[in-house]
Amino acid sequence: MKRRSLLRRAGALPLSGKIGLALVGFWILAAILGPLVAPYPPGAFVSEEVFAGSTSQFWFGSDFLGRDVLSRLLVGARLTMGLSAIAVAIAVALGTGLALTAAVGPRWLDELLSRAMDTLISIPSKIFALVLVAAFGSSVLLLTLIVAITYVPGNFRIARSLAVGLARLDYVEVARARGEGRIHIALVEMLPNMIRPLCADIGLRFVFIVLLLSGLSFLGLGLQPPEADLGALVRENVSGLAEGALAIMAPAVAIASLTVGVNLLIDAATQGNVK
Amino acid sequence: MSGAPAMSRWRGPLRLIVKRIGLAFLTLFLVSLVIFTISGLLPGDAAQEVLGQSATPEQVAALRHEMGLDQPGPVRYARWLQGILVGDPGQSLVANKPVADIIAERLPNTLTLAALAALVSVPLAFLIGIASAVARGRKLDRALNILTLSMVALPEFLVATIAVLVFAVKLLWLPSIALIPKDPTLAEFVRAYAMPVMVLTVGVVAQLARMVRAAIIAELDRPYVEMAQLKGVGRSRLIFRHVLPNAVGPIVNAMALSLSYLFGGAIIVETIFSYPGLASLMVNAVTSRDMPLLQACAMIFCAAYLLLVLIADTVAILANPRLRQG
Repeated sequence: MKRRSLLRRAGALPLSGKIGLALVGFWILAAILGPLVAPYPPGAFVSEEVFAGSTSQFWFGSDFLGRDVLSRLLVGARLTMGLSAIAVAIAVALGTGLALTAAVGPRWLDELLSRAMDTLISIPSKIFALVLVAAFGSSVLLLTLIVAITYVPGNFRIARSLAVGLARLDYVEVARARGEGRIHIALVEMLPNMIRPLCADIGLRFVFIVLLLSGLSFLGLGLQPPEADLGALVRENVSGLAEGALAIMAPAVAIASLTVGVNLLIDAATQGNVK
Repeated sequence: MSGAPAMSRWRGPLRLIVKRIGLAFLTLFLVSLVIFTISGLLPGDAAQEVLGQSATPEQVAALRHEMGLDQPGPVRYARWLQGILVGDPGQSLVANKPVADIIAERLPNTLTLAALAALVSVPLAFLIGIASAVARGRKLDRALNILTLSMVALPEFLVATIAVLVFAVKLLWLPSIALIPKDPTLAEFVRAYAMPVMVLTVGVVAQLARMVRAAIIAELDRPYVEMAQLKGVGRSRLIFRHVLPNAVGPIVNAMALSLSYLFGGAIIVETIFSYPGLASLMVNAVTSRDMPLLQACAMIFCAAYLLLVLIADTVAILANPRLRQG
């Protein structure tokens, strides 16, 4: 039943939404299956020629060391998607968790948390991430935490305004009068009603995180070799720019198709809700 | 006298603006606390790092004393903040020059780049935003919606790569590196800045256009618009004389937000085009872990952001006639 209604909802999306859904679906599949279907090992030197164009043997050509671009792209896509997904999960868990704490907790705690988040939100996100990277370095674990923490304040702000709105509603008052504890009210009464409105925010935050992660890797401050996400693939092939190498265009276009796809999907889905 | 009532009419807004200025300073102070705690207190021993593993404990202790690292955290923070306030944020560890000198060299370049990008993108964004608001729901609006939605999500390095490929590699019109000669002619100036400005503009235009559209549409739904239409006001007069003045508040807010996006964009753009600005300087400071330089750059970007927001708030307060009644 649920499956069919999901299918029908996908069918009701406008064309831009369908394109977005197709792009997102494609990249999810690529992240799961990519490394299995990659034609060559990502680190193997398989081409005589560097920055070769597209051939039947190497669909996306070869990179600056003569490695297969398609294979590296598929492995890089898994890293970008995987790390971004984990970072979004951490950012939303922290942001929404703190927002619920602020909404049901004592007033001073709400003031304190809101003040702290207002401060963090007035540091531009890329600047904040650079300061964190400089202080703590960029191992895979730290990098994921850094991009997650960078986007906690934004999620907190939206989740808090949702939670404060809910806390004033009658059914929450009733639960409070019934003598339910604060944790019960936050997790059982309020959280389920916040998930749907938070979905669009989660999608947008995923886009920001993919762009930040790729941007950091592009600057050489993100994942370190031999680990290479999509941003790092763009960076390592930058010397092929003058000849317009596929090796630099392919990963850059891959990132864009993922982020544009998510944006189109969210836009189409939220417009459907309004109507 | 007519002066007294006029003054008292502005007392409400003035009080609000003074409050906002105070709040901005408080926020900047808290931001400085966050930045110093993260980059100055939490990481390991800077003295050890400068000297390397082979240094003797005595050498490390001597340098720690010299750098003031043996002082308690709050003392170090106070000293650092005092340095920032008097315009001397310390010595760059890598360049071995005062941080203030390095920044003085770079800051005008970034301001020039940001000003040019703003000059190009604001009119363009208004054009797109107004056009799609007026054509709300029709084909043009939907096409522009998808265009700006996609432009927001493009990574700057893709836009830059495509720009370099088209204008520097294929057409040979522009240089792929933004070298600014001393005393440039107008042609040299335009050639050097064309691509960095173009790339920065893409993201800002898209973001601002979307917010301008939203602000105008929110106004179009208000009853006074229908009233004006029934009165027979023409469409362009309706937009420019009735709707835009009422939408000033949300629009200047949107401008502050999307212009602050310029800082983030500048980090990538300055690096790609080897442009000697503050953002690429900050990236270098991260790579070399030059903390005094990094902290100063971060503070400048945060102060600039807060200033933009403050200006937007002030304009919005002054533009709101309801706050003006004494």
